[in-house]
Amino acid sequence: MTGTRPGFVLEVDRSTPPVLFHAGEGFHLERLPAGSRVIYPPEPLAPLDDPDSAIRHALLNPVGDSEPLSALLRPGMRLTIAFDNQAVPLPPMRRPDNRQRVIEAVLDLAAEVGVDDVVLIAAHGLHRRMTENELRHVVGDRVYDAFAPQGLLTQHDAEDHDNLVLVGTTAEGEEVEVNTRAATSDLLVYVNVNLVAMDGGHKSTMTGITSYRSLRSHHNVHTLQHSRSLMDPGRSALHHSCWRMGRLFAAEGPRVFQIETTVNTDTFPKPFNLLQKREWEWTPRDRVSFMAASKSLERAPFSVAHKIFHGIKSPQKMTSVQAGEVEAVHALTTEHVHRQHLVAVSGQTDIVTMGLPFVGPYNVNSVMNPLLVMCLGLGYFFNLYRGKPLVRPGGVLILSHPTPWKFHPVHHPSYIDFFEQVLPETTDPVEIEKKFEEDFATDPWYIHLYRTSYAYHGVHAFYMWYWGAHALQYLNGNVIIVGGDARAVRRMGFKPASTLRDALEMAEDVVGRDPSITHFHCPPIMLADVT
Amino acid sequence: MRPAFPVGPATWPKGVERKPKPPTTGVHYDTAWSRRYPARLARALIVDDVLRPVIHLLGSPDVTGLDRVADLEAPAIFVCNHHSHMDTGLLLTSLPERFRHRAVVAAAADYFFTSKTRGAISALTIGAIPIERHRVNRRSSDLAADLLGQGWSLVVFPEGGRSPDGWAQEFRGGAAYLAVRTGRPVVPVYVEGTRRVLKKGDRFPTPVGRPFARGSGVQVTFGRPLWPDPGEDSRRFAVRLEAAVAEVGDERRTDWWAARRRAAASTTPSLAGPGTAPWRRSWALEEGSRNDRAPTWP
Repeated sequence: MTGTRPGFVLEVDRSTPPVLFHAGEGFHLERLPAGSRVIYPPEPLAPLDDPDSAIRHALLNPVGDSEPLSALLRPGMRLTIAFDNQAVPLPPMRRPDNRQRVIEAVLDLAAEVGVDDVVLIAAHGLHRRMTENELRHVVGDRVYDAFAPQGLLTQHDAEDHDNLVLVGTTAEGEEVEVNTRAATSDLLVYVNVNLVAMDGGHKSTMTGITSYRSLRSHHNVHTLQHSRSLMDPGRSALHHSCWRMGRLFAAEGPRVFQIETTVNTDTFPKPFNLLQKREWEWTPRDRVSFMAASKSLERAPFSVAHKIFHGIKSPQKMTSVQAGEVEAVHALTTEHVHRQHLVAVSGQTDIVTMGLPFVGPYNVNSVMNPLLVMCLGLGYFFNLYRGKPLVRPGGVLILSHPTPWKFHPVHHPSYIDFFEQVLPETTDPVEIEKKFEEDFATDPWYIHLYRTSYAYHGVHAFYMWYWGAHALQYLNGNVIIVGGDARAVRRMGFKPASTLRDALEMAEDVVGRDPSITHFHCPPIMLADVT
Repeated sequence: MRPAFPVGPATWPKGVERKPKPPTTGVHYDTAWSRRYPARLARALIVDDVLRPVIHLLGSPDVTGLDRVADLEAPAIFVCNHHSHMDTGLLLTSLPERFRHRAVVAAAADYFFTSKTRGAISALTIGAIPIERHRVNRRSSDLAADLLGQGWSLVVFPEGGRSPDGWAQEFRGGAAYLAVRTGRPVVPVYVEGTRRVLKKGDRFPTPVGRPFARGSGVQVTFGRPLWPDPGEDSRRFAVRLEAAVAEVGDERRTDWWAARRRAAASTTPSLAGPGTAPWRRSWALEEGSRNDRAPTWP
């Protein structure tokens, strides 16, 4: 893939073809009014020619204040390897996953040196535990078969208080409570996949292997309302908090060797790859595929469409790998992420439209319930900006998603109660946090399900709502969801619309006649650099 | 009664020496026809629609390590330990498609090409090319190198023949020589369990595992591709290849981490087995076999 074209902003005129909108397990074309803008993402960057050699080179030539990994390893040491969970990348990438490649390379070096005491930890924080298939997909069969049967491939348990240790407290009062095995190791190697600019750095350890006691320091409404945006770590209160805690951990805890990888945006395999093409470049085959797929999906039962989409394994490939001291590594990683994602956009608009896809970080192999729709739209897509939001203050955000009143009872039990008990009373994040969070976070049943089943932690539903707190405040609640279940949409305090045309008319009541409109043509993921 | 000339051939005059016919069997068998499109199409049908179901019926194979060749560009040389005639079909049907339909198998000229009929069957069904296995033959090596240069992948069993007792024989240097000569990567592959289906000397196969139940029968494990180091000669590279296949085998019998540690400590069990009495070699072979845990079909 040479000559990767950058992202760009298209001015819609009468000759512009209808534009693709994702809508959960489906997609459709919409004609935008002349004068609107469409932001297209950059094309996928060329992947590394030989990722395995690049990984080994990175391990032996670290950045920042770090010795090569081979020099940090010695016989008789305690080595812990923590890695990101299934929430990234999206959709899950084809095997071999970046983490498998990196973990195998780390273990190769450890074997050469003669390290025996090695434990792997799936760093999922308050996310659900990973299934065997998910673990196998992430670390590969070889690593799984070698470590899991001996109990050496573990999953972080943020409620196992016997295996959590308080490393210290920052000057701002943030408590750093970490997985004991990781904290008492001679070396902690963290392996990540940096899908977006929000990921990585100290956030990896300070969310992945900590507890509710630590996470509430930054996963709260105040912090998230002051993260502008989440995808711009320099202006994100959440990241500032993670960095303070991470520095404390680096000073008081074990030596941390961070390995970060980035992927390109080659998001969809054939025949879905038309979803990442610019509409005027669709071939006759793409057009036939689109018509056949969109019509079939309209008629297909939800379970069939869900199975098809969640079976997608993305052809994303590694574009960079860097290793060493956390902050130096992350600075390089962020450069690579920006190189893939940034699109220059001039000026804000009255209305921004976005088509939400079928998958977000919290519904891999699961159902995208209404809370996750909110989180994906207002938490992630809205925050995919640097500088200032695409939509002007007091503007309107229009999302396209069926927003079904469906929940995965195993994965998201507390979400169901949040939706049924909390939202009917209030949608104000501040009030929700004050009145309900503690009860959900300490509920023994949710804790039991988190620890023994495959449930997200009881407080995780709140974090979904907080994730959108900045957007809710900024938009003053002016959010319209096109094609969604009207009851579910209203429950969240948003307005439902049947069609985009209806939604645009409804938006005019807020922003006035002849509004400026921008469509965010995502996925593939991009980051609007708004000036 | 033979028809008279000119309907039949003329009688060869006595005293006139017969012109020797160019040899057409053994290493001299010309397999070029088997790489033309009609034969390739037929072979693709045979491999995908006949050989594969038969292999799955007989061995219910479990194929692992394909992720290691996911990014590998064709052509490549696949080297594999050799227990059974089943190995060839098993390996061919386990190869990723981009290799499978453009692969040739280095086959013993003195076994598979002893007659034109036998050669034609071998060339058509598995894409066999004749290789002289008992001594160095320029014709064989030139053919293999030319085919690699033309984009054909090569399957080689460097032991030169099937194992007589279940342990591997010494690897010969042909694959390593070709890799050094052409610069193409070599993928070590370890096959286990095929001896229980059809070992050397058996006339009929015995199915193992549950038919079409993946993981209950024979196993194929692909290792990480290797390239010759700069300046490395084929003899040294051949030693490295044998060690790589042994490491993949160790990984299969134990687990990846244990195998990596043993490889780092240079204590990977040899493919050739212990140099002790035959009964102890046999004993050691059974001890290390994971297949013993798999139920036998039916």
